[in-house]
Amino acid sequence: MSQQLFQDMRQSIIDGAPERAASLAQAALTDGVDPLDAINQGFAAGITFAGDQFGKGEMFLPDLLACAEAMQSAVKILEPEMLKRGSQRETLGKIVLGTAKGDIHDIGKNLIATILSAHGFQVFDLGTSVTPERFVAKAREVDADLVGISALLTTTMAGQKAVIEALDQSGLRPRVKAIIGGAAVTAKWAAEIRADGHARNAIDALDLARRLVAKAGAA
Amino acid sequence: MRPGTQLLSPDLIDRILREAFHLIMNPGVRVGSPAVIELLQDAGVGVRDGVAHLPELLVLRSIATAPKSFYLHTRRGEAVVHYGGDDVHFDPGSCCVNILDPETLEAHPAETRDLVRIVQVAEALPQFAAQSTAVVCSDAPSEIGDLYRLFVVLQHSAKPIVTGSFSAPGLKGMIDLLAADSGSHENLRAKPRAIFDVCPSPPLNWSEFGAHNLLDLARAGVPAEIVSMPLAGGTAPVTLAGSVTQHAAEVLAGITLHQLACPGAPIVWGGAPAIFDMRTGGTPMGAVETAMLNMACAEVGKYLGMPTHGYLVATDSKFVDAQAGAESARSALLGALTGINMISGAGMLESLACHSVEKLVIDAESIASAFRLVRGIEVRGETLATAMFAETGLSGEFLKLKETRAWFRDEQQLPSAVIDRSARGSEPPSDSWTRARARVEEILEKQQAPALPSDLLRKFQAILDRESERAGVSKLCLTY
Repeated sequence: MSQQLFQDMRQSIIDGAPERAASLAQAALTDGVDPLDAINQGFAAGITFAGDQFGKGEMFLPDLLACAEAMQSAVKILEPEMLKRGSQRETLGKIVLGTAKGDIHDIGKNLIATILSAHGFQVFDLGTSVTPERFVAKAREVDADLVGISALLTTTMAGQKAVIEALDQSGLRPRVKAIIGGAAVTAKWAAEIRADGHARNAIDALDLARRLVAKAGAA
Repeated sequence: MRPGTQLLSPDLIDRILREAFHLIMNPGVRVGSPAVIELLQDAGVGVRDGVAHLPELLVLRSIATAPKSFYLHTRRGEAVVHYGGDDVHFDPGSCCVNILDPETLEAHPAETRDLVRIVQVAEALPQFAAQSTAVVCSDAPSEIGDLYRLFVVLQHSAKPIVTGSFSAPGLKGMIDLLAADSGSHENLRAKPRAIFDVCPSPPLNWSEFGAHNLLDLARAGVPAEIVSMPLAGGTAPVTLAGSVTQHAAEVLAGITLHQLACPGAPIVWGGAPAIFDMRTGGTPMGAVETAMLNMACAEVGKYLGMPTHGYLVATDSKFVDAQAGAESARSALLGALTGINMISGAGMLESLACHSVEKLVIDAESIASAFRLVRGIEVRGETLATAMFAETGLSGEFLKLKETRAWFRDEQQLPSAVIDRSARGSEPPSDSWTRARARVEEILEKQQAPALPSDLLRKFQAILDRESERAGVSKLCLTY
């Protein structure tokens, strides 16, 4: 029975159906299914599949966002039970996100926040036009593994450099990794400002974040 | 008859405008500038939490005071760019950060020498009625990057210029530079040489910088071009009709702010609308839907009698290849058929991230074809063919006719050597990239910067020095 339930959970995420995902999560709790199993064997399998399909060009950004939303609605139902049991979903890592100072364009950053969160990262989203000081303060406060700085405009890309310099000066780097993204961001720019990596889209960012966290864990 | 095209029916335009008027009242338009908010409140507009709720009547009054036609001028004061009606002009794409290196085929940060090459080529090509401040020069201090690139264009061109500023103080310096070029601020107002792109931030947001820019330009009497850029599905409704509606709302709001500051100041219904790529999150400038958005947005502006602008003739390809040619030529034709007054974007690759001088000369051929197309089929002589047959009989010797010699240059658009129509000969045939490179070099060999009077150069230098000091950067050592 659980296998069918897990299969339905996976499908509810793939279909981007938040209400179905929530009711399946509720059903799991009623049936006494371990909420961690529901996530790991059910819902998370759906989000992993969606990510793969996006990579293959079979799913698109609106599909991905709907999947992430469904994931969030399931996790929201399961979280209180997990807390009660003293268990929690394994956090892949903590990331502080924001757009560079002066930049109010946040589509890319929001996408990344949603995708990373759906895949098990703990995301602290500082919003738009964030000063280097705020990035550093938040990274310190939450003991972040990663800081992600987004900039659309060529005029605000300099803000990414400022954040990386501030992270260096604060002594948080190299432990805290800095990643960047944005329409005009290139590998060359990332190298020039000594970022730990750059991503072209949300799934790229997910792969990058996973790699960096795994590397830090292995080190 | 001028051939044209129409994507929107009058009924649909009415509906778009009705909804746009509704949107700027509810939810309203975010306005970031306290000075602009004050101006709006003085006009009786309700502003709550930085959101202005613009009444239709006020907006219609602003449309009524906005000029329906104006000109941009050359350095010598000739009116050569007409904003209004169905007149079409093209300028190279602007504000690019990278340039395609023709040797390595890699994109690298653009420098002054790259901007000079673009300006010199665009200066020589009649297809470009105006220049643009095409790239951001990475070898100049970014704090005065906007002023500096305008200076470089002024130094190498006599054509009108499409430009834009990066900051409020930057705008003042740029207007001073243009006033020096025109002789005085009064001359600049009377015969403007440049137009400034000013951008709202989608959706329905006039930031402090953008809104203030509109105010400053209106008061200086320097034309402004509103470049609204809804991204269908990303920062705007996914439907093309919905994005056109958002565009209309943003531009109507901008025109209102602008005309409140100075009724009658020249302003353009412009934009760079695009679809939002659902795979990459990018902005496909070469997509046919992007061209359709530009056409439809311009049609709404034309319906209101406003001068228009669009962003076309660009590609998403990273090379000057078949995709670049297909996308750019297609949108050049569509923009010209729509009768968009200023079409920016030629020369640009990689969704506006990279410029190419070689692409500029290929695009110039597409633009020439587009101009030919909109001239349409003309009637010459008393009869269409009978009189010529009366001369040739059935001999077929049309090549000898005086009519042939008199009219072929008007009937046919004669391309440059970039376009290959030759028969296969003993030499191996070349591709368009190779021919474009040769054409660029040929133009640059002949092209010389206009000789500017030394007192004008001294004025330019003084403004650059003043602005460098204001921005706290070291003074630029300029070579004339």
